[in-house]
Amino acid sequence: MAKRIDITDLNVYYGSFKAVEGVSMTVEPRSVTAFIGPSGCGKSTFLRTLNRMHEVIPGGRVEGKVMLDDQDLYATGMDPVTVRRTVGMVFQRPNPFPTMSIYDNVAAGLRLNGVKNKKTLDGIVETSLKGANLWTEVKDRLGKPGAGLSGGQQQRLCIARAIAVQPQVLLMDEPCSALDPISTLAIEDLVNELKSEYTIVIVTHNMQQAARVSDRTAFFNLKATGEPGRLIEIDDTTRIFNNPTQQATEDYISGRFG
Amino acid sequence: MSIATDRRPDDAIVPDDAVTPPGGRPGRDALAEMRSPHRARAVKDVVARIVMWGAFALAMVPLVWILWTVIGKGAHMLTTATWWTGNQRNINSDDFGGGARHAIEGTLEMVGLTALIAVPIGILTAVYLVEYGRGRLAKAISFTVDILSGVPSIVAALFIYAVWVTTLGIGRSGFAASLALVLLMIPVVVRSTEEMLKLVPNELREASYALGVPKWVTVVKVVLRTAFSGIVTGVLLGIARVMGETAPLLILAPYTKNFQRDLFSGNFPTLPMMINQDRGDFALETAAERMWGAALTLIILVLLLNLIGRVIAHYGSVKK
Amino acid sequence: MSTLTGASAADELPGPDGKRPLEGDRASTGRLGDRLFGGAATLSGVIVIAIVSLIAVFLIVQAVPALMDNDANFFTSRVWAPGGEQPAFGILEFLWTTISASTIAMFIAVPVGVAVALFLTQYAPTWMRKPAAGLVDLLAAVPSIVYGLWGLVTFGPFFKPVQAWMEGALGWFPLFSSTGISGGTIFFIGIVLSIMVLPIVTALSREVFDQTPVTHKEGALALGATQWEMIRTAVLPFGRPGVISAAMLALGRALGETIAVTFLVSALSDGTAWTWSLFNGGETFASKIANNAAEFSNPSKTGAYIAAGLVLFLLTFVVNSIARVVIERRKAFTE
Repeated sequence: MAKRIDITDLNVYYGSFKAVEGVSMTVEPRSVTAFIGPSGCGKSTFLRTLNRMHEVIPGGRVEGKVMLDDQDLYATGMDPVTVRRTVGMVFQRPNPFPTMSIYDNVAAGLRLNGVKNKKTLDGIVETSLKGANLWTEVKDRLGKPGAGLSGGQQQRLCIARAIAVQPQVLLMDEPCSALDPISTLAIEDLVNELKSEYTIVIVTHNMQQAARVSDRTAFFNLKATGEPGRLIEIDDTTRIFNNPTQQATEDYISGRFG
Repeated sequence: MSIATDRRPDDAIVPDDAVTPPGGRPGRDALAEMRSPHRARAVKDVVARIVMWGAFALAMVPLVWILWTVIGKGAHMLTTATWWTGNQRNINSDDFGGGARHAIEGTLEMVGLTALIAVPIGILTAVYLVEYGRGRLAKAISFTVDILSGVPSIVAALFIYAVWVTTLGIGRSGFAASLALVLLMIPVVVRSTEEMLKLVPNELREASYALGVPKWVTVVKVVLRTAFSGIVTGVLLGIARVMGETAPLLILAPYTKNFQRDLFSGNFPTLPMMINQDRGDFALETAAERMWGAALTLIILVLLLNLIGRVIAHYGSVKK
Repeated sequence: MSTLTGASAADELPGPDGKRPLEGDRASTGRLGDRLFGGAATLSGVIVIAIVSLIAVFLIVQAVPALMDNDANFFTSRVWAPGGEQPAFGILEFLWTTISASTIAMFIAVPVGVAVALFLTQYAPTWMRKPAAGLVDLLAAVPSIVYGLWGLVTFGPFFKPVQAWMEGALGWFPLFSSTGISGGTIFFIGIVLSIMVLPIVTALSREVFDQTPVTHKEGALALGATQWEMIRTAVLPFGRPGVISAAMLALGRALGETIAVTFLVSALSDGTAWTWSLFNGGETFASKIANNAAEFSNPSKTGAYIAAGLVLFLLTFVVNSIARVVIERRKAFTE
């Protein structure tokens, strides 16, 4: 299932504004890579280029290369819709579809793409909810609105929804920032389990979280407001947190700024 | 001391700068003065309050008066059985009674056809403005929607007359009137739908895109689905709005007292035109009763649509 | 938005999350479904533009031949004799009646409408606000033909003694001098119109008053302002552009109101002497056209009415455009 992502010399623009500059990195399959850095450093923007979600914001475009194994995500003729089916995403705030039941939310990605077979859907909904550690909590009320769940449950529902379309990669944009500590812990446990099957990239503001869940950590920074964000370094998480090569990383980790 | 000062009878004539206390503890009186507004200011405040309540009461006067009149003079007609089953064939102004079924059916059929044409155009235009539109074309469309919403019904009717009758040479008909009503209904549908689409959080669109769902499916199945009840409400209010329009009927759809379902040829019965018909002889008790009966029927239809719209808006809105 | 006015002062303001709706993005792809649906949406928008352009074009094209044959000055003549060999017609009377009746409506509807809006947003107890606003909206739901009937049968006779009293007390002033016409005067029509457009003024004003930033209001109250002073210093200045555009939209509606006016006007016979009195009769553009719908017998005659309709269209166009510009300015200011 999981695939490797190779990024070479990526610049991200919104209109004429350069948001991220010159990022090159490799994201290993079946592992968790965390992006950390101060607000506005472009880590979320960069994350969105990995499934071309930046394009839904007017003026969003990139220069450079993003390879998913041997597929170029930005090759001409590559359909962004297909890219997004391969690279799933979980957002900062849980966003279940308010008009849909729990079942329908998980099935949404498949249904909206034309899958109608009830048996197939039943099976996938169950595996996805189990995969998101939510099955036991909701199996008796699959027909109830997804919006009726707690924040943490909603976020796991969104994860179930994302894995239901069987992506290769799962991008998570600060998935716990709107959750309480206990729900956060549940998501972190889930991330740990999911990494055996998916390539996971998680953006987080919380350095303890990065240290807890990730195998590799990338530190992003920007020189000043209005300047583009850059990748400062990426390495094994233990190295980044104990023995970073860059002074800026150490300053950030040790809480001297940011 | 300070409380006593508040109640001092000559408070109103004490000017602002005369708050120096007579002695003892300076400052207490000044404080009291500030706590309770100076009498003149307080009076103004009370007057303003009375004016606002009065304005509301004043606005309610015509509403109550109109409803009272229409119900008082028209309810009687609505209790006769023929009103709901018959038409006005062979009934002269000085004959009592007759039915309104032909006009009720005609009005419903006409606004039904109007909605059938106006709703898709209106919703799609709103979709364009919110989901696709950008730059000059969107600005131009938005501007023309505003202009269209300001076009008087008589001008819309004249325009259809100029196209349909003068230029194309087709006679007046219910359908021609429907076309004029379409012009009046489109801006209502566009604006209400637009508003509802804007209320759909971007997060839902993003969630859908991130699942690899194409944009058009996202718009149809997620955005429009989420805004559905609000859009229905807007459509119902739009229908209610055009249902009572009379000017286009006057110009484009002459009245008939008979049952007539064919919108495409000849005269066509509608409630406003039935009212207009009997208006000419409203000095006659018989005609006046019919006129008020038709007016009450029309109001009931319009209010029913408004009510259903509001109920849907209330219960159908997505709880966050 | 207010469904009454079709316009909103809140348009284009960023949503609660501070983001504007996505637009002009590249989420749309070359898929057939996307092309068809996006195409249909664009087409609908273009249809709307086409309709409005066609309205102008058709009215102009059919008005011009009649205007060429016109023996009288279209703008300054009070004669209306469009038929026959020597058509002669001018719109002066309609212009005067339409504008003066609408102006009277504004003088009543704007202050009362704004006061009602203040009542609904600032004074009414919370439990009362929604139902009370619903009642005001009901005024807009009443079809205009019913206003016509009510004015004709009920309110008209009631108003006659009032007018007689005003003529007696204020008759020295040219605007209120008696003309011998007791029903369906410009003044009376203005009053009926004011009731009809009141909900428009209220709906839009209410919307902008509701948006007054709490900080402005609390700032005023914290300085010891009374509620009225708070309204004068915080709510009214904030809402002024909204009120102006509400008034303009209401004016547009009043200028074009047809059927109620048609029921109520007392047409003047040919050659009636000119007077400034508001207690005079006279047709508005809309009522003149509606009253003579049966007479659209030949192109030149019809053309005269279409020319009158064109002037009405332009009048409402200008008024609505002003409303639009005021709203746009406010948006620019708010952001």
